[in-house]
Amino acid sequence: MTQTLTVREALRDAMAEEMRRDESVFLIGEEVAQYHGAYKVSQGLWEEFGDKRVVDTPITEHGFAGLGVGAAFVGLKPIIEFMTFNFSMQAIDQIINSAAKTLYMSGGQMGCPIVFRGPNGAAARVGAQHSQCFASWYAHCPGLKVVSPYSAADAKGLLKSAIRDPNPVIFLENELIYGRSFEVPTEDDYLVPLGKAAIVRPGKDVTITAFSITVEHALAAAEQLAEQGIDAEVIDLRTIRPLDRDTIVQSVKSTNRLVSVEEGWPFAGIGSEICTMICEEAFDYLDASPVRITAEDVPLPYAANLEKLALPSVEKIVNAVKTVCYK
Amino acid sequence: MVAQLRTVKTVETPYLPEVPMSQKKQSAAELTKIYEQMLLIRRFEERAGQLYGMGLIGGFCHLYIGQEAVIVGLQKYIQSQDTVITGYRDHGHMLACGMDPKGVMAELTGRHAGYSKGKGGSMHMFSREKNFFGGHGIVGSQVSLGTGMAFGHKYKGDNGVCLTFMGDGGINQGQVYESFNMAALWKLPVVYVVEDNGYAMGTSVARGSASGEFHKRGEPYGIPGRVVDGMDIFAVQEAAKWAMDYVRKGNGPALLHFKTYRYRGHSMSDPANYRTKEEVEKVRSEHDPIEMFRQHILLKKIVTEDAVKAVEKQVKDIVAEAAVFAQSTPEPDPSELYTDVLI
Repeated sequence: MTQTLTVREALRDAMAEEMRRDESVFLIGEEVAQYHGAYKVSQGLWEEFGDKRVVDTPITEHGFAGLGVGAAFVGLKPIIEFMTFNFSMQAIDQIINSAAKTLYMSGGQMGCPIVFRGPNGAAARVGAQHSQCFASWYAHCPGLKVVSPYSAADAKGLLKSAIRDPNPVIFLENELIYGRSFEVPTEDDYLVPLGKAAIVRPGKDVTITAFSITVEHALAAAEQLAEQGIDAEVIDLRTIRPLDRDTIVQSVKSTNRLVSVEEGWPFAGIGSEICTMICEEAFDYLDASPVRITAEDVPLPYAANLEKLALPSVEKIVNAVKTVCYK
Repeated sequence: MVAQLRTVKTVETPYLPEVPMSQKKQSAAELTKIYEQMLLIRRFEERAGQLYGMGLIGGFCHLYIGQEAVIVGLQKYIQSQDTVITGYRDHGHMLACGMDPKGVMAELTGRHAGYSKGKGGSMHMFSREKNFFGGHGIVGSQVSLGTGMAFGHKYKGDNGVCLTFMGDGGINQGQVYESFNMAALWKLPVVYVVEDNGYAMGTSVARGSASGEFHKRGEPYGIPGRVVDGMDIFAVQEAAKWAMDYVRKGNGPALLHFKTYRYRGHSMSDPANYRTKEEVEKVRSEHDPIEMFRQHILLKKIVTEDAVKAVEKQVKDIVAEAAVFAQSTPEPDPSELYTDVLI
């Protein structure tokens, strides 16, 4: 059985279910309570759980991120909402130096069960400071898990798993897909495990890896390519760290071609990591050099035409696939 | 000439109501224990300094020598459910919290029997059992963390208080004020403790702070503060009682500014050329927290000379045992490299 839910509703339901299940889970961030979240993701939570467990903060990302980590150290399970992940740069010291490293530095004593979540990547016409993908920034760091769902079902199942995970989890959402509707299983406790990619479209000619909104682009590209006789396999990474290496490697071993898609910049990006991994583990299977589709290597411009040029697109993916297929 | 130990009048913010200190007389046993705790920290740190000089301790090693009265004075009012967090000058806090000197010293030498299995080092030790939460190397970060621990106390309703320590350098970090704002807004049970030893690394308070009146830094948020002679254990205790009572009653945070001094450099590699030898010697000879206390308990005939000597012998033995242990216990197994990254 499924029901149709938007990504926004699925995220809200995930938090509500986990808060009902576990008294130590609470949500804190800017505008999460009385305003219901800047993007209305926490709609209804304050009404149900009250001031104690749905906490509006001042505009103070560094402080409330650190506060959340401290609360996690003493046994609570905070969900920290960043209004957007762009603002998490104010707080990145607490995320890396305190949340990610303390377990190791304490010889395993100091677990930090915390979720940092919020929209990531480009929205629409909001300029360079509000339009950055942080997947590779956080995925670089041992001690963190990094998740970035596309569909509502994954958003729900992965967020529930992230909240239950005893480690710090970075949960990267996307503003532009909050309103998209998907079928979501109605079962009581729908969980999607962290660390597992999903083959969202099987194919035999080329592997396209993508995550978050770029899955949508990749699927659209695959449809166009099918009309041109190219059968693309699309992998939704879902979790960036730990990366599901097996699924990607197995896919490339069968298709012999790889195009990776992300909204981050090219240098030391997720695509760089995937290409390196394929060179290390499936080099002999490759029939063409892997190609990365990324944001262009510039701060995101405001002008509509330039913004469009700077971001991954269906057209760019189609062209990249044709290149690796020598078509 | 060592100054007579007396309770220095504390300075308070004008709107703060006077909270009378119940001058509970302390027993000879209690006072002996205080002497033992302060001396243990002093001798432990001296030995750590020696081991560092011998190359047995590496990296950064920030000694607490001179500041002992602050943590030991506060310790009297810490209850079992309370939590403690501090920055990188943390060995004294750990010992005062009851952590095993052997485990602390073994961490300093990078051994598996250390509190962090040798993976943390001087700045990163923790004990959940003793409610000590580090040991943090990014100046000021522990202030937000401690505020979150206080949030946890309030959320759980365990009547606990978090003691959050920082230095005269740390108090200038931006996140300190983000934390003050939230702690005051939500009346979190946190006592902020500024251990002002006069120097943020090599920068004196006068050169680094527009105002050195750190006890007033919480005023805009309605956080009452007191400035106290941190070399005078009785003054520290009195201030600790006021702050812990005030906070535990649900009034929100309080701020204590202890004026103290470190005799050694910022870390072991610091020759401390930014101050004169005379300055250090003056504090050491005239205002040393342990010597003032020792003279006090002897002059007032509260504790006998023999009892004091017994404590000194006992502390010497504990430290010697810790040093031997820290040199003889094995390093972590190479397989430990990959453990404790994730749960």
